[in-house]
Amino acid sequence: MRDVSVIGIGLTKFGELWDKSFRQLISEAGAKAIIDSGVTGKEIDALYVGSMSAGRFVGQEHVGALVADASGFSHLHIPAIRVESACASGGLAIRQAYLSVASGMNDIVVVGGVEKMTDVYGEEATNILATASDQEWEAFFGATFPSLYAMIAARHMHEYGTTREQLAQVAVKNHSNGALNPNAQFQKPINIETVLKSSMVADPLTLMDCSPVSDGAAALVLCAADKAKNYKDKPIKIIGSGQASDTLALHARNKICTFESTLYAAKMAYKQAKLEPKDIDLAEVHDCFTIAEILAIEDLGFVEKGEGGKAIKNKITTIDGQIPINTSGGLKAKGHPVGATGVGQIAEIVEQLRGDAGKRQVKDAKIGLAHNIGGSGASCTVHILEAM
Amino acid sequence: MSEEKIDIFIYSVFLPNICDLNMKNIGVVSYGAYIPSCRIKTEEIAKAWGKDPETIIKGLGVIEKSVPFLDQDVATISVEAARAALNRISIDSQDIGAIYVGSESHPYAVKPTGTIVGEAIGATPYLKVADYEFACKAGTAAIQTCMALVKSNMVKYGMAIGADTSQAAPGDALEYAASAGGAAFIIGSENIIAEINETCSYTTDTPDFWRREGRKYPAHGGRFTGAPAYFRHIMGSATNLMNCMGVKPQDYNYAIFHQPNGKFPLKVAQMLGFTKEQVKQGLLCPLIGNTYSGASMLGLASVLDVAKPHERIFVTSYGSGAGSDSFDITVTDEIKNFNKTKAPLVSQLIEKKQYIDYATYAKFRDLLYWE
Repeated sequence: MRDVSVIGIGLTKFGELWDKSFRQLISEAGAKAIIDSGVTGKEIDALYVGSMSAGRFVGQEHVGALVADASGFSHLHIPAIRVESACASGGLAIRQAYLSVASGMNDIVVVGGVEKMTDVYGEEATNILATASDQEWEAFFGATFPSLYAMIAARHMHEYGTTREQLAQVAVKNHSNGALNPNAQFQKPINIETVLKSSMVADPLTLMDCSPVSDGAAALVLCAADKAKNYKDKPIKIIGSGQASDTLALHARNKICTFESTLYAAKMAYKQAKLEPKDIDLAEVHDCFTIAEILAIEDLGFVEKGEGGKAIKNKITTIDGQIPINTSGGLKAKGHPVGATGVGQIAEIVEQLRGDAGKRQVKDAKIGLAHNIGGSGASCTVHILEAM
Repeated sequence: MSEEKIDIFIYSVFLPNICDLNMKNIGVVSYGAYIPSCRIKTEEIAKAWGKDPETIIKGLGVIEKSVPFLDQDVATISVEAARAALNRISIDSQDIGAIYVGSESHPYAVKPTGTIVGEAIGATPYLKVADYEFACKAGTAAIQTCMALVKSNMVKYGMAIGADTSQAAPGDALEYAASAGGAAFIIGSENIIAEINETCSYTTDTPDFWRREGRKYPAHGGRFTGAPAYFRHIMGSATNLMNCMGVKPQDYNYAIFHQPNGKFPLKVAQMLGFTKEQVKQGLLCPLIGNTYSGASMLGLASVLDVAKPHERIFVTSYGSGAGSDSFDITVTDEIKNFNKTKAPLVSQLIEKKQYIDYATYAKFRDLLYWE
């Protein structure tokens, strides 16, 4: 296996983008990434795109070919692959693209992630997202992701004494980071009161504990590391890539306050990178709900199991904290166009490691981690990147 | 001579009065308002749905809204408003040659509201009638039609009504604002109290809010009803009118905008360069809610209740779907002779109120279910 670097990143704004269609979003992000990388169209060997449910959200399947076509690559006849792994579709698209370059099959690939979610009503969006849960044993009985994560939150509060205020603090921190990110859906800081007083969704989670429904796309250009310097002075190397799975249904697990998929994917990535959690300078983690960020920082080993809530309260995860988490605003404030999320996370890490993150720049950031979850933890990808 | 010039020549030679007609001053001869006296507080609705009242009051800018009593509908509200308008002047109701009622809650799907009003005020049978629908701007569209009919000498007076008992699904965000009320305007060319100097519209096909045939409650695109809908159309229409007239916001004493909540009209006013002071008198939504087709017309009625001669009024309505009508209006000396006291002022209608609880509201608005 050879080394792989990120040489280009591109993002659309995340949010309710009424005037942009599915294909416009992904071709905009792709074009930005290609321009950023400096590669020409003819040099691109393959295209990967993560999308969770284009079929349900915009009635469009056959997304691989569509994206190649919409991006103006149809005449090059390159392989175009759509990857689906629920909300981890983006992370998995990156891993597949990464493996294709690492294997020597491809030298340069473009990998994107996209979702256009606001063409359907909120209720329909919830149902579409619930297709990532176990239809026979969860969704058919009325469970939605907010309710599944609410059960996790309630259990975490019961087992570890995590408080309602600690959950809310995750949203407060991520909104404060989002306020520094021009691409974020929400760019207004909020306070704990706002979170606690917002509409109840599934006890104990209120509206402001939940990530929004969003439109958006993100893209990267990956290149064999030995050729990366031909295009970019500061390529960012992928030094670890991990992926793991778990039972689809939450109730089939021994514990619900730990996502074992995160444990295994992280173990794989740490091992490949020859690093430990303490070596990570910053991380983008999958905070689809506030409780999910608490689980993530515990399962990734940044804090002890059960200490996540306190860590948030003690502000060790702020931009200037010990381990900055979700400097982009996370899914909560940056937005969560599901297929784009995993790719957007890596774009944020690359921006940070390049030192281009402006007001949200983490000082001396050398090594960053991105953690992308599908469903209630049935899929997970973890990537570790390093500034060379 | 070119064809175009020949046309103009023929026009001017054979139809000499056309130009004069176009120059004819037209405007509001009288107006009347009606707001049902039942009110429900935002707090009471929020309580029923387990929401935080403060957040909603702050977010929507609506403190309470009017609710139609069991036996009130768009026909009764229209008749009340029409009678109020007629009470204030002494014209023969037989001289009213047209009645157009704009609403999105006409009691009948097929059978006009306008005929009921026509009979009630004694304007039938030599009368042009139609019911209009263009979400919240059907009433101002009716004013434009009446202006055209008066201008062309097809009628002596035309009556334009905007009234609604607007629907909102229980628990929907609309429920906090959807209310009831209406206003009637008699448009003519004699003894006008407020001259309509110019009107223009801005219309596109923008589905931000709609109610399909047979459906009890409307559907809406959430935040899509904001920037691409309400704000785009009001800005488009208002800017066009001010450009046409060569005027600035400072040239007006009052400005009235459609008011689906207490926030949007203030925001659009600010975007256009109007002050809060200019908007205040016509902003009724915080105390009565969104009366839909009645909203901008009640706002205008409230302004005419206090306006003095030579004051200038700017009105822009908004109807989902979507479009806006703008009006440039100047109050005339005639308003001094106008007998306002013969019918209730808008402020009196707002003050005359009785509170109901959510259970009563549910009964009045047909939210209860039994077999």
